[in-house]
Amino acid sequence: MDVILFLIFAIVAVVCAINVVVQTHPISSAVSLIGVMGSLAILYLLLGAEFIAAAQVIVYAGAVMVLFVFVIMLLNAGAEVRRGRSLMVQLLGIPLLISFLGLVAWFVERIYPPTARVQFGGFTGGTPRAIGQALFTTYLLPFEVTSILILIAILGAIVLARKEID
Amino acid sequence: MGSFFVITVIKAAIVFAVLMTTLAYLQWVERKVIAHIQVRPGPYRVGPHGLLQPLADVIKLITKEDLVPSYVNKPLYLLAPFLAITMALLSISVIPFGPTIDVAGHRTWMQLTDLNIGVLFVLAVSSMGVYGIALGGWASNNKYALLGGLRSSAQMISYELPLSLAIAAPLLLSNTLSLRHLVGTQAGAIWHWNVFRGPFPQIFSFIIFLIAAFAETNRVPFDLPEAENELVAGFHTEYSSMKFASFFMAEYANMITVSCMATLLFLGGWSAPWPAEYGSNWVPTAIFALAGVLALYHGLHPARRRDRLTLPVFGIVFFGIAAIFQLAILQSWLLPLFWFCAKTGAILFAFMWVRGTLPRFRYDQLMGFTWKFLFPVAVLNLLVTAFLVALVG
Repeated sequence: MDVILFLIFAIVAVVCAINVVVQTHPISSAVSLIGVMGSLAILYLLLGAEFIAAAQVIVYAGAVMVLFVFVIMLLNAGAEVRRGRSLMVQLLGIPLLISFLGLVAWFVERIYPPTARVQFGGFTGGTPRAIGQALFTTYLLPFEVTSILILIAILGAIVLARKEID
Repeated sequence: MGSFFVITVIKAAIVFAVLMTTLAYLQWVERKVIAHIQVRPGPYRVGPHGLLQPLADVIKLITKEDLVPSYVNKPLYLLAPFLAITMALLSISVIPFGPTIDVAGHRTWMQLTDLNIGVLFVLAVSSMGVYGIALGGWASNNKYALLGGLRSSAQMISYELPLSLAIAAPLLLSNTLSLRHLVGTQAGAIWHWNVFRGPFPQIFSFIIFLIAAFAETNRVPFDLPEAENELVAGFHTEYSSMKFASFFMAEYANMITVSCMATLLFLGGWSAPWPAEYGSNWVPTAIFALAGVLALYHGLHPARRRDRLTLPVFGIVFFGIAAIFQLAILQSWLLPLFWFCAKTGAILFAFMWVRGTLPRFRYDQLMGFTWKFLFPVAVLNLLVTAFLVALVG
């Protein structure tokens, strides 16, 4: 059951990810990206990390992508026009892609021993309590530094977007 | 395993049927409430007191011509209403309506499923609900629909912040994310409910939650996405027949969900306001008996000719319901259900009451209100709650 669900949503995620690149219209790409985020959330859920799954949907699929869609709608961006591709892209694109995927597969094979199998639902550290305790004890410093980093980014955005007051 | 499957299917069917009926009749109740606020009778022609009006509306919506305008983005245009109604109905699956009950030897919860991240699940699903409106508005290829969709997404992003902060504060008191345990921590009496509970009563959270919920569900006074004098009908201008009905049902389903959430988070869910030994079991009987007496009295002194027949019938039905609440076998699950429905219904009534009372906000007022007032107040409320909980606990 877990394996079937994993296969379904892994395929959905990969197909949506390819669709993000293939689609010419920005809104269609954004909708495909939402599909990727949602499938990833379900994969987290299958692995037993329910808090991460909920956070993935709320933050990425919910907030970030709504903002993307909103900006695309606001700017009313039209479909992109495909330009003629250069000879180099046409010749080298597919071989480069295959060699890149091969390299990634090889590294994964090397780093992780074949005995380390994924256990669906075997991971129990995904509850909100466990995540909260980890964030506020073991990883307190990185957590706080990240929040300050985000605060700086927000302030920077406000400073850049503010109109000159004369 | 087999009986679990059967029970779950039966429960899902019951919840779905009840929810659909409620959705249809909520519209009738709303029209009646608004009508009485404006001193007019409201729907009156179809059935006694217009009670068959929802049925007529459903038949009308199903049989209407399903039109797809030219030059729309067809996949997204068709996806949008489906997305809206799915996300709206999905969150009902984690709402608990009552405690455990025994049916034919099986012990089960009056809830479809209990997630240990139930609150987060509702938040996640409701944040996905924006897409139905935003994409529907964009895909329609209509400037009014686009403006409605834009307004709606901006409004929902903005009001989600105070909404989430207002939800976080009572969670600090109850210390759980499971909706069922949330009710368990508030059981007993009215002063255990999160609205009134120490160390910091969540009355401010409750008010912030309600205001943000009005905006999240696109209701008056925050119904700018469908402001008819500016935008025709907003994001659903180009939709007809069942696609329009999906948006319409999604709005009402969202209303029911936020009312249920307010009941569970702040008003103690299905627990009675005071213990049974002080007579809280008699309240539903008393209320329905009073309603029966009122209906009988007005039936004997009818304002309209037809009331002479219909109101006594309603009165007898109310007396019957009052008697059912005294049956000892049914009390164990009927009473919690009554309290849950009474609290949720009171909040739904407030939704309609506000619609009949307040004018619409202007767009800059809407945004200024949430970012400059509601959000800071919600942050302050959360900080004070967290401080007091840390101090006491």
